[in-house]
Amino acid sequence: MDWLTTVDHKKIAVLYLLGGTLFFGIGGIEAIIIRLQLIKPMNDLVSAQTFNELITMHGTTMIFLGVMPIIFALMNALIPLQIGARDVAFPFLNSLGFWTFLFGGLLLNLSWFMGGAPDAGWTAYTPLSGTKFSTTHGVDFYTVGLQLAGLGTLIGGINFLATIITMRAPGMSFMRMPMFTWTTFITSAMILFAFPAITVGLVLLTFDRILGANFFDVAGGGNPILWQHIFWIFGHPEVYVLILPAFGIISEVIPTFARKRLFGYSSMVFATILIAFLGFMVWAHHMFTTGLGPVANALFSISTMLIAVPTGIKIFNWMFTMWGGQVRFTSANLFAVGFIPTFTMGGITGVMLASAPADFQFHDTYFVVAHFHYVIVGGLVFGLFAGLHFWWPKMFGRMLNETIGKWTFWTFAIGFHMTFFVQHFLGLLGMQRRVFTYLPNQGFDTMNLVSTLGAILMGIGVMLFLFNAFHSFTKPKGVANDPWEDGRTLEWSIPSPPPEYNFKQIPLVRGLDAFWKEKMAGHQEMTPAEPVGSIHMPSPTILPFVMSVGIFIAGLGLMFSGEQFSNSFMSFIFNNWIVCGLGLLITFGSMVLRSLFDDHGWHIELEELEEEGV
Amino acid sequence: MASAHTEVDGKLPNEPEKATLEGRNKILGFWLFLGGEAVLFGTLFATFLTLRNQTNEGPTANELFSLPLTAMATMLLLVSSLTSVFAIQAMHRHNLPSLIRWLFITVLLGLVFLGLEIYEFAEYMIKDDFGMSTSAFSSAFYTLVGFHGAHVAFGVVWIGILIGQLYRKGLTVVTAPKIYVSAIYWHFIDVVWVFIFTVVYLLGKVG
Ligand code: HEM
Ligand SMILES: [Cu+2]
Repeated sequence: MDWLTTVDHKKIAVLYLLGGTLFFGIGGIEAIIIRLQLIKPMNDLVSAQTFNELITMHGTTMIFLGVMPIIFALMNALIPLQIGARDVAFPFLNSLGFWTFLFGGLLLNLSWFMGGAPDAGWTAYTPLSGTKFSTTHGVDFYTVGLQLAGLGTLIGGINFLATIITMRAPGMSFMRMPMFTWTTFITSAMILFAFPAITVGLVLLTFDRILGANFFDVAGGGNPILWQHIFWIFGHPEVYVLILPAFGIISEVIPTFARKRLFGYSSMVFATILIAFLGFMVWAHHMFTTGLGPVANALFSISTMLIAVPTGIKIFNWMFTMWGGQVRFTSANLFAVGFIPTFTMGGITGVMLASAPADFQFHDTYFVVAHFHYVIVGGLVFGLFAGLHFWWPKMFGRMLNETIGKWTFWTFAIGFHMTFFVQHFLGLLGMQRRVFTYLPNQGFDTMNLVSTLGAILMGIGVMLFLFNAFHSFTKPKGVANDPWEDGRTLEWSIPSPPPEYNFKQIPLVRGLDAFWKEKMAGHQEMTPAEPVGSIHMPSPTILPFVMSVGIFIAGLGLMFSGEQFSNSFMSFIFNNWIVCGLGLLITFGSMVLRSLFDDHGWHIELEELEEEGV
Repeated sequence: MASAHTEVDGKLPNEPEKATLEGRNKILGFWLFLGGEAVLFGTLFATFLTLRNQTNEGPTANELFSLPLTAMATMLLLVSSLTSVFAIQAMHRHNLPSLIRWLFITVLLGLVFLGLEIYEFAEYMIKDDFGMSTSAFSSAFYTLVGFHGAHVAFGVVWIGILIGQLYRKGLTVVTAPKIYVSAIYWHFIDVVWVFIFTVVYLLGKVG
């Protein structure tokens, strides 16, 4: 119950972590089944239809329901701590964002049990995703489920933007913010300007499918390429929404374990901003083969290649940070250092794909699959593992076991390269993506076998991490404030896990790497910026949960509004929009309640703070 | 943080909406939200512009639209923006009755606007046989204009509830930011409508 009503950013972080891990697991199982199907030529483990559902759900689940929430978990756990704040700007919205994400994800996955999952690829290209080719409710689950999950992400983005703008501790100027806070800030801005586009796209597709609109239906005057533009004008920024937080994590982990400040801090900041800006200009590099014409292709090709410049700056800065440092290879740092070559390889294949004439060869082959897995898994997932190993003691007050951590790294990293390195060559040989099987003796057999074995090894790596996580909870709490002893930023100046109010006194920030600076000056803790006083806290509330349940019901009602049921009662309530209306009523009702009854919060009084003797 | 219970008794600051951190956060968050809304309408406009000539042998914009009707709707909405400015000015003078009066007029104008829109849609659907699935143009038209209409409807209900709150709680540092934010919202929908009037109706008549 406590967990359903919490508005504490640290607890919401744990919820995001659990939710994200759940869906990451589901997506992982889907991946293993896909790889098992492709282990040998002419395999018949799953049918072609099931295969299409598996690849669609794997991509969608991993991106929207797996890695995004785990990124949000780390952001929620750390951003207020890193900027010296007691909370986020909108605790209520924070909880609402989590619940809409969770119910969106559940809705999407219900499709497995309610007549078929979406089967048009994670990009849902029209007309494949129209009612003509996708006859089950699968794509409806996709449009409605993603709409909900996307809403949660948008809410989270606005929340982080406002938090970082207004809640920084005294002395923390923008150019003193930790890199992870910076990348969160830029990521949130990208979310704000990218997600509304997919919101509209999903609405249009829903209208086409449910209300008989003609946006993408050529017979009615519609334009299927329009979907691709809308999808990618969101979709390309989205891939940077994924990778920028990983950049931030790496920029925290490497300096800590090299005992050196980050090389080229300000160039890192500007490179991040530049990447975000260029990220919005390049969407049509996913559409070279749709016939945009040579001029458009050339422009999008060049703007895409430009992104390699700021990205290169980052890579070199990380290497210069390690140069001459006293590098400690903890498991967190192994993942951070391992990130550099894997991500770089993904970047290089990216530049290859950005050359429009070459892309006519690579497009829709396993080369593209290899490219984006090198950046998303070799980049983002490595980054997330680095971040989780690094901040685990701060989040939970317990260390992860280093030996298991190192095993996690080696199995995962080796499995990763086995799985995806060979896919470059499969692509160059002409193996198409999204085909459910292939003929023998075309030179695909051995490499597919290696790829599948690698995937299983990666799976073992993930299991090791999960085991490590559970194992840590069998140990008592009691980690020091600064367990790595080389912590640089504010979160390491307070207890692990932090108390409900984070900072008993808001700290005074006197430079970049605020905590490190104080330690170098011989101080044990931060200088406070205010006297000890009573602390105002927001009250817990069930409303965000109820609101999300409401939208969930409305979504189901919308999807089945045109369905022929054998049961007359079901037909009555669904076909007359009663279910949909009821759901909306619950949601809007809760909004009205929220608006009518002010939440004044509560206070932690001075005496309680003294008693705890922190 | 200032306490949340300050009443209108002379102690209320000049700009009560910005008196607390919560209030300032709310306003900033809302501006950010409008940034997202701008992208949302931008995408809808782009869609409409792509599809506006795809009439699929159904009615065209030129055949459907009646400028006097939409010009009147535009006037109403513009005036309602003005009245919401008066409302904020009344709030800054701490004049509660005047604030409520201006908000009330704003809501009323919004309602009349909605009435005109419903009348317009009904006319198209019944008289001209122009529905959601007639053509790509019709889909884009109803979606863009309908989204705006839904925003107006939401604003009407929202400001209505706020008027209720003002009756119950008066003008405080808690209610003030809500009023202020709803006024920004109202201006935003007004600006969007100006674009709709130009891009959909004027361009539909002449282009
Ligand atoms: C230097 C940076 C990068 C460049 C130049 C680049 C370029 C490209 C190009 C041209 C394509 C289209 C290939 C095709 O479909 O024929 C592509 C696909 C893709 N890229 Fe990248 N990319 C870069 C970085 C990234 C990053 C950082 C991510 C994610 C974290 C990413 C994720 C993807 C995904 C998911 C696809 C495939 C989409 C699909 O069709 O399903 N890329 N990339
Ligand atoms: Cu891209």
